[in-house]
Amino acid sequence: MTMLASRSGPAISPGRSATSHFVGRPRHGETAIKLVLRLAAALTVVTTAGILLALAIPSIAFFAEIPLTEFLAGTRWAPRFADASFGVIPLLTATAWTTGIALLIAVPLGLGAAVLLSEYVRPRVRKLLKPLLEVLAGVPTVVYGFFALQFVQATVLREWLQLDTAAFSVLAAGLVMGVMIVPTVASIAEDAMSAVPQALRQGSAALGANRMQTSVRVVFPAALSGIVAAIVLGISRAVGETMIVAIAAGSQARIVTGALEQGQTMTGFIANAALGDSRVGSLEYDTLFAVGLLLFLITLLINFISIRFVRRFREAY
Amino acid sequence: MDSMADTVSRSIRPERPVSSGRNGEHAFTPMIFLIALWLCLVIAVGVLLTLIVTIVVQGADRLDGRLLTEYPASSPDRAGARPAILGSAWVIGATAALSVPLGVAAALHLEEFANKGNRLNRFVELNVQNLAAVPSIVYGLLALAFLSLLGVQNKNIVIGGALALSLLILPVIIIATREALRSVPMEIRQGSLALGASAWQTVWHNTLPAAVPGIATGAILGLSRALGEAAPLLLLGALVFVSFDPNGLLSGFTTMPIQIFNWTGRPQLEFRELAAAASVLLVVLLLLMNTLAIFIRNRYQKRW
Repeated sequence: MTMLASRSGPAISPGRSATSHFVGRPRHGETAIKLVLRLAAALTVVTTAGILLALAIPSIAFFAEIPLTEFLAGTRWAPRFADASFGVIPLLTATAWTTGIALLIAVPLGLGAAVLLSEYVRPRVRKLLKPLLEVLAGVPTVVYGFFALQFVQATVLREWLQLDTAAFSVLAAGLVMGVMIVPTVASIAEDAMSAVPQALRQGSAALGANRMQTSVRVVFPAALSGIVAAIVLGISRAVGETMIVAIAAGSQARIVTGALEQGQTMTGFIANAALGDSRVGSLEYDTLFAVGLLLFLITLLINFISIRFVRRFREAY
Repeated sequence: MDSMADTVSRSIRPERPVSSGRNGEHAFTPMIFLIALWLCLVIAVGVLLTLIVTIVVQGADRLDGRLLTEYPASSPDRAGARPAILGSAWVIGATAALSVPLGVAAALHLEEFANKGNRLNRFVELNVQNLAAVPSIVYGLLALAFLSLLGVQNKNIVIGGALALSLLILPVIIIATREALRSVPMEIRQGSLALGASAWQTVWHNTLPAAVPGIATGAILGLSRALGEAAPLLLLGALVFVSFDPNGLLSGFTTMPIQIFNWTGRPQLEFRELAAAASVLLVVLLLLMNTLAIFIRNRYQKRW
């Protein structure tokens, strides 16, 4: 193995491990410990392989019965009906609506809070406000779901605003999901902006810019890669969020054409179908994994786009 | 712009170097901008406070001893969350026992022993980043498939839930531990090695103790996420009527978030009060855990 070959040599040099491997008297106990540590790290790769296999094998069985084109292009999702059909478009539209609404809330609020914390408030105030955001990020999603259903949908949208909507809506789920994501977006974007060197701000101020101009035209572009990473992480959390949509978005799978309608997202379907008892190996069971595979691939794609974007636009100082 | 005309240089105070005060800082647009920024923060925090007030108001009537001592029942005034609380304790205990040692071990390998130029290790790193972004419900599918593969009939067992949650929070713990290890200065390791300690003795007696606050913060944040998580457990069938105390790793269970989900879906108003009361309990517990984590980070983390 190449790793063993590189063990001798200078103790600490760039690119080499932090704790060096001195060649001395053989220590079998240490070799065993290192092996255990390596196995623990390897477990993460096993997990990924496990996810891929766990999703792929039932999905293959699923696509043996349902053609891929019907799954991806079909516009009717009714896996439990007598005349079952497996078009995933309705689930995708619901996911797109809830994610879109969540981003409309989370991106402006999150970035605004990040600019405020990074560029405006004194360090002492920031030291108070940032932990507050982080602590509040700990509210569990099932409680957000309860809030979306009981307060946002029932009280705000129906009672106060008198909107024409039933017991569930993608709007309520999306709005609350957006608020849930704000701390994530704000925290990562704030880190990115704080990492911009002070010299850039001083240069900008020296040229006569005020703090707004410095924030918008100097700090924001310089931190763009981190900001995009924050937004993308927000998107992938919104796409994968389950409990809020399972509680507040409804459980009717149909193409969503307006924010006040109800709809079933991909995650909502998986959660709902899991409540029923589906035998291992049945088509119902396989359907769960086919939708799960699609969900996994979408978030993986989003993640890769973000990594590429960050590499491409990263400004190194 | 009028701000350009007002380019008066001023000494820059070190604590707030960006504020130059006279560059049209108080003109109309910058003031609106600042107000908008404050609004962002106020709205976000305001909604969260509204959420907390909502559940406290709705659940106030049922925040009593019955919530802690009674079993779920079909009549709301006799129902409680006792099995769910004990189930959460079992599942989180098992999750902690699985995920913290594994996560710290993996991070130690990646940070202290692995050759960082090695392509395999770079792949492992990228893989950890990707795992952190996988939706939680996918981990439920993984646990479901794994237990099916083993031929387990009743998948709603404590160890199954702990497995799903451990894999879910493993990336969080690994990333936090690596950051904590990275912030320990190289001189500590070099000093230890120079005194004749072996690589592992250096890690065990010097590097790891210095990184404990960071690791504790990461572990608590990870476990608090696991405690609030419901989606992966739904897939194992944890939404069941549990009227006994879970008593082992193979015991059937339900957890607090699942119990809240269950009560939220009931049509009777009284069950929604119960859901709100259980939410208050869960939120208070989680906020305490997060506060503790952030307190440890801010208080005990050494600045070298």
